[in-house]
Amino acid sequence: MVNEKHQWKAWIYLAPALALLLVFTVWPIINTFRMSLLEGYSGLKAAAGESFQLGFGNFEKVVKYRRFLACLKNTVLLCIWTVPISTLLALLIAVALNSIKPLQKALQTIFFLPYVTNSIAIGMVFAAMFNIVGSFYGTENEIVVTAGIINNIIEFFGGERVNWINYGSTYTANMAVMIVYIVWNALPFKILILLGGLQAINKQYYEAAKVDSTPRWRVFTRITVPLVSPMLAYVIITGFIGGFKEYTSIVGIFGETMGPPNDAGRLNTMVGFIYDSLSNNSQGRASAAALILFAIILVVTLINLWVSKKRVHY
Amino acid sequence: MKIVLQNLTKIFPSRNKKSGEEVVAVNDFTFEIPDGKLIGLLGPSGCGKSTTLYMISGLQKPTSGKIFFGDDDVTQLSTEKRGIGLVFQNYALYPHMTVLQNILFPLQNLTGADKMPKEKMIERAHGAARLVQIEELLDRKPSELSGGQQQRVAIARALVKMPRVLLLDEPLSNLDARLRLQTREEIRRIQKETGITTVFVTHDQEEAMSISDMIVVMKLGVVQQIGKPQEVYDNPANLFVAKFLGTPPINVFSGRIEAEKLYIGDDCVMDVPGAEAQEVTVGIRPEGFVLSENGPLKCHISNIEVMGRDMSVVSTHPASLNASVRSIIDADHMPGLQQETVRYAIKPHKIFVFAKETEERIRFEVK
Repeated sequence: MVNEKHQWKAWIYLAPALALLLVFTVWPIINTFRMSLLEGYSGLKAAAGESFQLGFGNFEKVVKYRRFLACLKNTVLLCIWTVPISTLLALLIAVALNSIKPLQKALQTIFFLPYVTNSIAIGMVFAAMFNIVGSFYGTENEIVVTAGIINNIIEFFGGERVNWINYGSTYTANMAVMIVYIVWNALPFKILILLGGLQAINKQYYEAAKVDSTPRWRVFTRITVPLVSPMLAYVIITGFIGGFKEYTSIVGIFGETMGPPNDAGRLNTMVGFIYDSLSNNSQGRASAAALILFAIILVVTLINLWVSKKRVHY
Repeated sequence: MKIVLQNLTKIFPSRNKKSGEEVVAVNDFTFEIPDGKLIGLLGPSGCGKSTTLYMISGLQKPTSGKIFFGDDDVTQLSTEKRGIGLVFQNYALYPHMTVLQNILFPLQNLTGADKMPKEKMIERAHGAARLVQIEELLDRKPSELSGGQQQRVAIARALVKMPRVLLLDEPLSNLDARLRLQTREEIRRIQKETGITTVFVTHDQEEAMSISDMIVVMKLGVVQQIGKPQEVYDNPANLFVAKFLGTPPINVFSGRIEAEKLYIGDDCVMDVPGAEAQEVTVGIRPEGFVLSENGPLKCHISNIEVMGRDMSVVSTHPASLNASVRSIIDADHMPGLQQETVRYAIKPHKIFVFAKETEERIRFEVK
């Protein structure tokens, strides 16, 4: 126990960190609640001395806003597609990596590289891969100069070029690109965590399974997956949280328009909606949207935890 | 079913590539394990006993030599196809499954003609659980069991598919002394009831002696002696075997043979007709000493430990290669031990003579 006489010393040592936390974490959270409950709150108007009534008007406006529902739909769709696909792929890759001996370290590094690469940069590379470069593309006077590598591959195998992200591309094509990109971007972290989990499994369980003539698939489903389930739960929960905060990936591929040139904002997400509201000086609406996003993430995480309690062993 | 090991050799490549020294874990092991017997592989750590067991299981491949189950050559057969049961040193029970699920697991893997309906599997699992007396624990997870209970579950899991061979790797090493005694009798009982050819590995000579039909004593990958426990104890092939078996351990002296007489230090202890004159090492079992007023071996008493039925006389002798000479004498002789020196006669069948250099046994006729 710290001597009571010296307690003030402890507080002084803690003060810098506490001050920073108060200013940049605690106060913004409180302020978000405050702003969300002030009708039509705007920073500019507040600075001009206007006062605001208390009420749930911001929430009402957000929910009724057509673009908000589109953003919500995009976000949920991306989550539902990318989390299961990336988790499953990561598990398979981790198991494969774990079962090979030569080059394991080298491959591990290669698989982890995307994690340390800037996601905007990756997005631009993906955009180039799915791109079709030309003038008036999608119109009657189109002049195609070159296609990205994906379309080249499709054409090489005799398929027809797909307008993935350019002018006039379909929503489905846009989403497909986003899903591929987000899954690819999410893999390294998941592989790393799952590989760590796999390597912690006692090899003797596998020897015991061998002695019991267990087929490979059953070893995977009955031994590997249950024993790595705590890591799986972690990866899925953080995957959903990350998925609901999706934003930079869209910017990386489509730029600030958040959609193909002819339909700006088509792929906007919840976080994107919040940023837009902020740049419109509608801090009240942004705060309300942020709190709605918080509520959704909270509910999804609670569901995840509840499911994992039933499914995760130990 | 009998197991035949033919010139079995396992060489592990050196970990350090520069020094390049290979490790010969098992060297030219040939032995036929008779059907339905319990065999103990015995030796200090690093003697190759576990490697031998893992080669029988198929988890490790021999460098050369062959393994037969009955008349089938299984050397190249993978573990999955050998139909063995293996109890690991730390049991390797699946932690996420209940005891029942653990025991059912091997049955659920059966395919083809061996595949059985669910009711039959559960019946078999209950049968195995009954055999090892853990029926009331079937719904528990391994983490909720004591070491002894886990060990029984591991045996049940190994037995449930009626393996052709049961292998146990140091099965008792994780148990406390009392449980160890109880469990080793249990293993003996289960083995007798099922009649499955069983091989078990241990470094504890008492454990091996007490339950095995035959023991194999190994040292640095080389088999030293194979035989019934009592035979090996009474007739060790070399100094290593003599030293390794028996508690308290055998007393070792330096001695010599001169004119067909055996000397320990200056004491001429017995006649050894037919033995050549040479420097020797002499081993005397603690129970081989008899108090005798005119006995040839003179020792200085340093301590007497009374253990009820017996007493243990700790003494010193100038030629002893151990720090002390320990003899076990009937406690009735206690009053006779007041003086500082004690003279022993030696039971001829409890004394073993080994060549000093090779440590091999020198045999002679015992009168």
